[in-house]
Amino acid sequence: MDVLFDGLSILARWDVVAALLIGSVGGVIIGAIPGVGAAVAIAILLPATFSFDPIVGLTVLLGIYGSSMYGGSIPAILINTPGTAVNALTTYDGYPMTRRGEGRRALSLAYSASFFGGIFSVLCLIVLSPLLAAIAPHFGSREIFLAALLGLVLAVVVHRGQTVIAAFLVFFGIFINTIGLHTATLTRRFTFELNFLASGIDLIVVVLGLFALSQAFVLLVARDDSPKAAPVSGGLFQGLGELFKFPGTASASSGFGVVMGMIPGVGEFMAQFLSYTFAQRRSKTPEKFGDGAPEGLIASEAANNAVPGAAMIPLLALGVPGEALTAMMLSVFYVHNVVPGPQLFQNQMDFVMALYLALLILNVMVLIFLLFSTNTLLQVIRIPTRFLGVMILTLAFVGVYSLRNSVWDCAIAAVFGFIGFVLKRLQLPIVPIILGMVLGRIMEVKLRASMARVKTPLDFIDRPIAFILFCAIVIIIVMHIRTQLKSRKTETNQNA
Amino acid sequence: MTDRTPDVDEIAASERLGGDRYFAFAILVLSAGLLALIGDQTQWKGNKGLLNEPAFWPGLSLIGMTVCAALYLVQSLSAHRFAAWDRRELLVWVRCIEYPLWFMAYVFIVPVVGYLPTSVIFCPLLARRMGYRSARALLSAALMGAAIVMLFKGLLQVRVPGGAVYEALPDGLRNFMILYL
Repeated sequence: MDVLFDGLSILARWDVVAALLIGSVGGVIIGAIPGVGAAVAIAILLPATFSFDPIVGLTVLLGIYGSSMYGGSIPAILINTPGTAVNALTTYDGYPMTRRGEGRRALSLAYSASFFGGIFSVLCLIVLSPLLAAIAPHFGSREIFLAALLGLVLAVVVHRGQTVIAAFLVFFGIFINTIGLHTATLTRRFTFELNFLASGIDLIVVVLGLFALSQAFVLLVARDDSPKAAPVSGGLFQGLGELFKFPGTASASSGFGVVMGMIPGVGEFMAQFLSYTFAQRRSKTPEKFGDGAPEGLIASEAANNAVPGAAMIPLLALGVPGEALTAMMLSVFYVHNVVPGPQLFQNQMDFVMALYLALLILNVMVLIFLLFSTNTLLQVIRIPTRFLGVMILTLAFVGVYSLRNSVWDCAIAAVFGFIGFVLKRLQLPIVPIILGMVLGRIMEVKLRASMARVKTPLDFIDRPIAFILFCAIVIIIVMHIRTQLKSRKTETNQNA
Repeated sequence: MTDRTPDVDEIAASERLGGDRYFAFAILVLSAGLLALIGDQTQWKGNKGLLNEPAFWPGLSLIGMTVCAALYLVQSLSAHRFAAWDRRELLVWVRCIEYPLWFMAYVFIVPVVGYLPTSVIFCPLLARRMGYRSARALLSAALMGAAIVMLFKGLLQVRVPGGAVYEALPDGLRNFMILYL
């Protein structure tokens, strides 16, 4: 209980409250604009938050992360265009409801389900915290190495149908991280005698290139579009009551979100898909899924909103980010010399609790904001896409240039922007590059540190957690190969 | 709408799109080229143990990249649904190169002309290039540029240096411009 009050006292500052407000409202607005998304916004704002206190900077970013999916449901439901990629399944049932004149009901249900998912995940975290605090110290170098490796393996295998290119991009990310000075031996690696490469390639430069600049290029190259959505009339409170007609769906979906969020490398999409499939199987009317089923909408929105809270677990407890947005947040910790990991849970539990409470409060703020401002938000959906491209390009400059006032950083970001553009055009994933960079760095450091006490390969997995993580990696790889062989066999049989 | 369950492959994975083979070929050349340079660009100390060698992680990642790129090229060449080498997509990529150039021009001009003047000119210019011709659109772009500068440099105090031309301004105004605009 003391920790709870300590956490609250950290939040009881005007700058933290302002950060919560700006982050949550800003996140909803950003999420509602198709083609922007939380990743672009966080990438742009990241360098600006470095001058803030860690709790203020992290609250703004958490606010954007936690609330963008609320906003993303608006265009998904009203114009069949998901505001963020993770609202894709929301269109399956949300838009059919709008077409039959139930747009208000769909929005109301989506907000309620999102709220339920968000609160459920934070409550799970608060309840799990003592357990996490007890387990986290058992993670030494080799366990963290194996957890990072597990994250990379999952980042590859979850990209079904794209595993080869996902693996390439993970290796590419690891390679980018190796460029620069090798601190252990003070030798240069792949610097091509260029001094600006000696300090390595900054993660934020890559993030801004791959997420913000690439998105600007995509919007500028594509045909101009200005989506239109009809205003919604009437109150949006009914969904709060209707949600309780489907308590099983809401709870199970939020549970999927929490579990998937905790596993590094998996994230919202898998959570949403599994929860949607599960809800359909459990439903008495599965045939209505995809045709405006309220349960489908609840399953998708509750699951994706439960992920942000849970995704903070591997980041805070182990220092291992599970996806791109938490990887970006990791840099805020590093800038302020706050090292996430087992020590944070042991020594700064009040800080961890403050972050959980911030997530809880922002969910309440977002719900209240949305219940009264949905029609106003429809205006931002109408911003022409090419104009949005100009805006993102201009904003990306602030993000990159303000880091070190380096023209080289901007040039590197532009190159990664082009790479991101090509990947987006080919519908290939970007996140594995970021995870490769971040987790590759962790793996290199932790493997070196752990080898001092390891004499034989078996020593590496002689501790229980290390052994469990190793088994999980082997099982996931074997299962993935088995599934691939099975589907190839089925395909061959069908062709024969 | 559909009455069947959406399949995860259907939502997550893509078909092989135009340009895929060019991409596969390019990443294979890049990976193999970098791998060939490993002896030149990293050192092998010989007495540090394999895992502590400076070349270990670059080597591991480049071998992984090359193998995956080769596999991806094979997949791409054998994909049934893919239309042969599609040059239209390649042209789109070439067309995109214009925008990194706009971005770099902006980067080079800001330290000379100053953040506010450059943004107020750059945004309407790019907006005009994108096909917005009305006075309202161009004015909106200029205001957007000014708002971004005021928010980030004026309010959030991000580190963007003042323009060289600010030196010609009178003392009081020069300090204000350097600090906030």
